[in-house]
Amino acid sequence: MRFLLRRLLILLLTGWAALTLNFILPRLMPGNPIEAMLARYQGKLSPQAVGALEIAFGLNTRQSAISQYFTYFGHTLTGNFGTSISYYPTKVSTIIASSLPWTIGLVGFATIIAFVVGTALGAVAGWRRGSRLDKVAVPFSVMLSAMPVFWISLLALYFLAFRLNWFPISGGIGTSQSMSISGIGSIISHAALPAITLTLVNVGGWVLLMRNSTVSVLGEDFVKFGRSKGLPERVVAYHYAARNAILPNFTAFAMALGFVVAGAIFTEYVFSYPGIAYYLLQAVLSLDYPLIQGIFLVIVVVVLLANFLADMLYVVLDPRIRTEGRS
Amino acid sequence: MRAFFSNRLAMVGLGILVFFGLVALLAPYIAPYSPTDINFTPMLPVSANHLLGTTSQGNDIFSQLIYGARASLFVGLVAGAIMAMVQLVMGVFSGYVGGWTDAVLSTIVNVFLVVPGLVLLIIIAAYLPQRGLTTIIVILAVTGWAWGARVLRAQAISLRDRPFVEAARMSGEGRWRIVLGHIVPNMFGVIAANFFGAALYAVLAEAGLEFLGLGNINSVTWGTMLYWAENGDAVLMGQWLYLLLPGLCILLLGTAFGLLNFAVDQVANPRLRRN
Repeated sequence: MRFLLRRLLILLLTGWAALTLNFILPRLMPGNPIEAMLARYQGKLSPQAVGALEIAFGLNTRQSAISQYFTYFGHTLTGNFGTSISYYPTKVSTIIASSLPWTIGLVGFATIIAFVVGTALGAVAGWRRGSRLDKVAVPFSVMLSAMPVFWISLLALYFLAFRLNWFPISGGIGTSQSMSISGIGSIISHAALPAITLTLVNVGGWVLLMRNSTVSVLGEDFVKFGRSKGLPERVVAYHYAARNAILPNFTAFAMALGFVVAGAIFTEYVFSYPGIAYYLLQAVLSLDYPLIQGIFLVIVVVVLLANFLADMLYVVLDPRIRTEGRS
Repeated sequence: MRAFFSNRLAMVGLGILVFFGLVALLAPYIAPYSPTDINFTPMLPVSANHLLGTTSQGNDIFSQLIYGARASLFVGLVAGAIMAMVQLVMGVFSGYVGGWTDAVLSTIVNVFLVVPGLVLLIIIAAYLPQRGLTTIIVILAVTGWAWGARVLRAQAISLRDRPFVEAARMSGEGRWRIVLGHIVPNMFGVIAANFFGAALYAVLAEAGLEFLGLGNINSVTWGTMLYWAENGDAVLMGQWLYLLLPGLCILLLGTAFGLLNFAVDQVANPRLRRN
């Protein structure tokens, strides 16, 4: 219980830190962000857009920084992220609502498949350390984790989608398809390449982590005890070694998820996939600050919730956490 | 140390690193032209004069590829070293001092651990009016230290109560002497592994930022080459080597750092060592 409370505290604290970072970052820029934007668009912004910007930043020159901060806080907590500049007059929350499901599908799939495949492979490699499988799996996994995701995506796009025509070139669904049961095939074929490349670059990290974790568990006394008791190898491997070796993977979940989300920015960009990361990049490239802020906040919140889920799963899996109350 | 040099993965990693190091150092002698020379006919195909053809701006692609080694290697080593330092200071301070300092620092680490570093990196880069390798290195150092700090903190805690540290404390050695003379030297393996891990992250992040056009797009790096290759539709014009090779170089350099990270861990971590 203490463990979960601590995690909950960190969850709230991180959420607050992200909110505050969002508030401070544009203010660290030289000059007033609104003036900078006005200069950039050279009078092309309508008064409404300027008003939208002021709402987004909570920037009102007559207010003090502290009261701006609280205004911004209130707006954000009630889901008022302001209006997008590059997609004016669409609301930021509308863009997020329509793009978030695509990314959650893509990132969720890649995270789960990479975790399952990588952990299984790593467990076998660690269990048979020094075997031919181990000797191939390790350098191959290192290479996968050093693979620039945008590069492998571009290659896949060019060779598999453009030259061989096996997959659609861009988008999340065919233009003639609708979001219904009949469109599922189109959705899957559009998601295939982004999902495969994203899974591929993330699987290596799990293999290495699980392999090392298995190897160190094999040196533990309880594994030696299980063996000397004459238990079948399979029982020792699954019930003694793998069960304990998998625990560190849950603590690494936070970092891993960060990598998948970062990878999604590149895959969605290369494949023009209509997810939230694609819009984040469009917002960054067109300096659409309200959209940047809204998307960053939503990404952090979703990652936080996913981490909290992983922590809860960890509590179920490791009884020591429940009794000891320390992480 | 001997175990490290007899480790095949470590030697392959070191070999690749030395190779790129030589390419970076000897770039002016290897490259046939200046990488910023734009006086060639644009979009030339592969030929004897231009081993990999020319870009849409009229640069020699092969020369750019050679000079590109400099930026990636520089960012990898410098950002890796800075990140390893930050991790060391935060981790050891938090772990050894303990108490309230630890509680506060651990919370900061946990916050940074959960915020996706590269997303933050892209956003900060977007807010900056001027960007280049130095700014990329600074943002990397600010956003990418949390994981390593956590590993080092755990190490420092486990070392803190060992008999030899206890003995040093009893004999009246000062806090800094104990940390620098007993704790840090005993964590050397983890620090080295962290450094290579950070370098790998830095190389990939730098290339990624530049590919997105969030670096200095006029600089000669593998990331910017891929940016121009993608934006100039080089591949559609049949110049697929322009796309393939810079990425392959990033992959190889990253693999070198990754192999060294893995190998150092194998050698230095007693739980992974072979009996």
